[in-house]
Amino acid sequence: MSRQYETVIGLEVHVELATKTKIFCGCSTAFGGAPNTHTCPVCTGMPGSLPVLNKKVVEYAMAVGLATNCKITQVCKFDRKNYFYPDNPQNYQISQLYLPIARDGYVEIEVGEQKKKVRIHEMHMEEDAGKLIHDEWEDCSLVDYNRSGVPLIEIVSEPDMRSADEVIAYLEKLRMICQYLGASDCKLQEGSMRADVNLSIRKVGASEFGTRTEMKNLNSFKAITHAIEGERQRQIELIEEGKKVIQETRRWDDNKEYSYAMRSKEDAQDYRYFPEPDLVPIVISDEWIQKIKDQQPELRNEKLARYEKDYDIPRYDAEIITGTKKMADLFEATCAICNKPKKVSNWLMVETMRLLNENGQEPADIKFSPENLAKLIELADAGTINSSVAKEVFEKVFAEDVDPEKYVEDHGLKTVNDEGALRTLAEEVIAKNPKAVEDFKGGKEKALGALVGQIMKAMKGKANPGMVNELLREMLK
Amino acid sequence: MDLKSLTAVELGKKIQAKEVTVKEAVEACFTQIDKVEKEVNSFVSLQKEAALKRAEEVQKLIDDGTLTGPLAGVPVAIKDNMCTEGVTTTCSSKILSNFVPTFSAEAVLNLEKAGAVVIGKTNMDEFAMGSTTETSYYGETKNPWNLEHVPGGSSGGSCAAVAALEVPYALGSDTGGSIRQPSSYCGIVGIKPTYGTVSRYGLIAYGSSLDQIGPVARDVTDCATVLETIASHDAKDSTSVERQDTDFTSALVNDVKGMKIGIPKDYFGEGLDEEVKKPILEAAEVLKNAGAEIEEFDLGLVKYAIPAYYVIASAEASSNLSRFDGVKYGYRTKDYEELHQMYKKTRSEGFGPEVKRRIMLGSFVLSSGYYDAYYLKALRTKALIKKAFDSAFAKYDMILAPAAPTTAPKLGSSLSDPIKMYLGDIYTISVNLAGLPGISIPVGQDAKGLPVGMQLIGDCFQEKKLFQAAYTYECLTEKKWVSMYDKTEAAGKEEA
Repeated sequence: MSRQYETVIGLEVHVELATKTKIFCGCSTAFGGAPNTHTCPVCTGMPGSLPVLNKKVVEYAMAVGLATNCKITQVCKFDRKNYFYPDNPQNYQISQLYLPIARDGYVEIEVGEQKKKVRIHEMHMEEDAGKLIHDEWEDCSLVDYNRSGVPLIEIVSEPDMRSADEVIAYLEKLRMICQYLGASDCKLQEGSMRADVNLSIRKVGASEFGTRTEMKNLNSFKAITHAIEGERQRQIELIEEGKKVIQETRRWDDNKEYSYAMRSKEDAQDYRYFPEPDLVPIVISDEWIQKIKDQQPELRNEKLARYEKDYDIPRYDAEIITGTKKMADLFEATCAICNKPKKVSNWLMVETMRLLNENGQEPADIKFSPENLAKLIELADAGTINSSVAKEVFEKVFAEDVDPEKYVEDHGLKTVNDEGALRTLAEEVIAKNPKAVEDFKGGKEKALGALVGQIMKAMKGKANPGMVNELLREMLK
Repeated sequence: MDLKSLTAVELGKKIQAKEVTVKEAVEACFTQIDKVEKEVNSFVSLQKEAALKRAEEVQKLIDDGTLTGPLAGVPVAIKDNMCTEGVTTTCSSKILSNFVPTFSAEAVLNLEKAGAVVIGKTNMDEFAMGSTTETSYYGETKNPWNLEHVPGGSSGGSCAAVAALEVPYALGSDTGGSIRQPSSYCGIVGIKPTYGTVSRYGLIAYGSSLDQIGPVARDVTDCATVLETIASHDAKDSTSVERQDTDFTSALVNDVKGMKIGIPKDYFGEGLDEEVKKPILEAAEVLKNAGAEIEEFDLGLVKYAIPAYYVIASAEASSNLSRFDGVKYGYRTKDYEELHQMYKKTRSEGFGPEVKRRIMLGSFVLSSGYYDAYYLKALRTKALIKKAFDSAFAKYDMILAPAAPTTAPKLGSSLSDPIKMYLGDIYTISVNLAGLPGISIPVGQDAKGLPVGMQLIGDCFQEKKLFQAAYTYECLTEKKWVSMYDKTEAAGKEEA
């Protein structure tokens, strides 16, 4: 039955911009910090204070707008959105309604083999709010204005997505663009990228849209996927029961995997938007747009082509590495030092991804330097350490960005290439394992492995496995 | 020496000449304040101790030659909607009764850099909303010419303090006439400069797109001197303008030959009190006899200015005043159960009726469904009014007009009929809508002896022309006193 219905989804995505200072004052945007330490009269809404626009915010917004094929609004303005809440120190948020910075763009997404354009309705700049902390013990609420005035852009798509997969592909694409531009780190967990999902359903083939709901509080791709599935199902059931979908805002509870109604359209607040009189219109010249275009870094598609050509790595590798700006930057920087692209790509694709997954981290969280990865590759390549030791050392590099040369030295992890010592050990092992020797001589190749293993064990993994192999074969001829 | 009757520049000269100490200048203010403040009520708060301490510091800087400017050591009063670091700033509202700013307004800082000594914060209509200074939570200010009359508003406290000789000059703010109208009612000189000339940083906003700070003083020279000192390009105020022509005192020249002055017929018709009209037209004659070319013309759109102004100013105010909610500073209601009740009770108890009226009006005109019909239409009207002025200034150097249709009304006669009170702003508010400079200078009195002010309106950035014409008028006419306090003093001297 549910196959008869098509899901229609549009997204409102908030992206926190990577400026060092807030949008309307000089306070730091750094995450964390003791409550109300990154504040001043402006971002705490003190009487008499006035906002002054941070130009970098406009430049980042322009860069994202251009990268998503939007038209830049060359005379754009800020507006006030009025609503009362203590996290909003002035009881109005400075945002854009009438003349947003960018409009009418699109991004291309790929789901399976299918390519598709998701249109962007508009993109506007605004300030973030503070954070309320409810103190259960004291039965009071406290407010921290460190986040108040952190710059955001809100990217509003057209209702062009039809499945959770398309939504995730769209979000990944936006994230990649913002990261490549350096406009944002787009970490969902820390809230530097947030998505509200507008969803409706309609009979397949229908041309009219159904009534939509808006879902908030979606903090991970998993939550978004679950929320979409859940909401689609909820709406289908309502319609099948002959009921109506009510236009409302719903809050997703990730623990209960259920959304509940926050407010209906009737309760929707009238924000009484009007032009912000404390800020002058922003006039964006053709030259300024050109300057931003010229500064635009290489985006993913350009990188992909270049990686295959210049580094001669397979398409598959290039796709994974260019998946995030962090990975791509690390790859390029490491190759610049050791010039072994395939080896670098292997370390990034296999071990790095494994450790990130194990730690529940994103590539943006990588802390190790290209220098130390390059050193590790050189050590392994020169045979100074063997591959299992290399993996062990890499874990240290990943966790603490240790200098591999020093670490190997300090922990005596160098491969033992001393033939005499190995021969002595081999003789002992051969003498102690007549059965295995017999089996090997009788044609059982596997038996040699057991002997190699014993030698490696005795050498605490530091022996050169190739050398041990050859040595045994020669001795058992 | 009668220090209190000296203008700011006269007093500053005596201080530089070491004929008067800064302490003596400050003490002279407080002596007069002790004498008249109970009657006039110009101030919300006085900072005597801090002023005397500051006087010592300034004196040192004058003595060692650091401060040589005309305002060094001269006392000043500040309207209580300008932030003063460490000094309660109330906007004459209960809701800010305990608010102590952490920084000073840029205009105040500019004065302090020039060696000014702040002696107190002056009374005003609550949040600058009103034309009589009767909407103050701290009691009404009275007109120093006749205590049964209002001083005008909203900068009524600043103007009354200057007229009552409590301080040589003061800062006011003007959103729809709040400097020029009380200056006119109090018989002193006040100028609202071109929008963007004086930084609004630290001025607690009423109508952000209309608010400007300006001086009120006893003569044109003082006004030019003070404006020259407070005008600055401030990176903290995005609407602040970078101007190279703020040497306003250079325009204090006794000459109006060839100056073209337009008199808008629409400003002199119905509604203008004959007793106001007469001295203003006489003043025009004075300028004409001095060589100015005077011509009547139709400005047009006059009747649309008041509705446009009240829509725009109230809309901005409804948003500007939403931060006063009891959460972060200021008054908070005593008993409440939850957040929204706290908001409602705090604001219901904290704001007076005129402020509530404008918040409601402003919220209404911004509401969805009404925005286009009211707010957008008002913005279009504003643009048309600016155009009408533009074409006037294509022909004239300035416009000569009344500052208010009547002289100061009696206390208690205005608030009962707010519409009538709003209509009293007819000659001043277009100037704010168009962002123009306007100066009010005393030109006579009505039969009751209440002062009449004439307003000169210039094109954007043409304050110098206004100063020149006003200065010329001042040079060609004789002024006897600035209020009954001055008059009493003068009479006493004659008797002696």
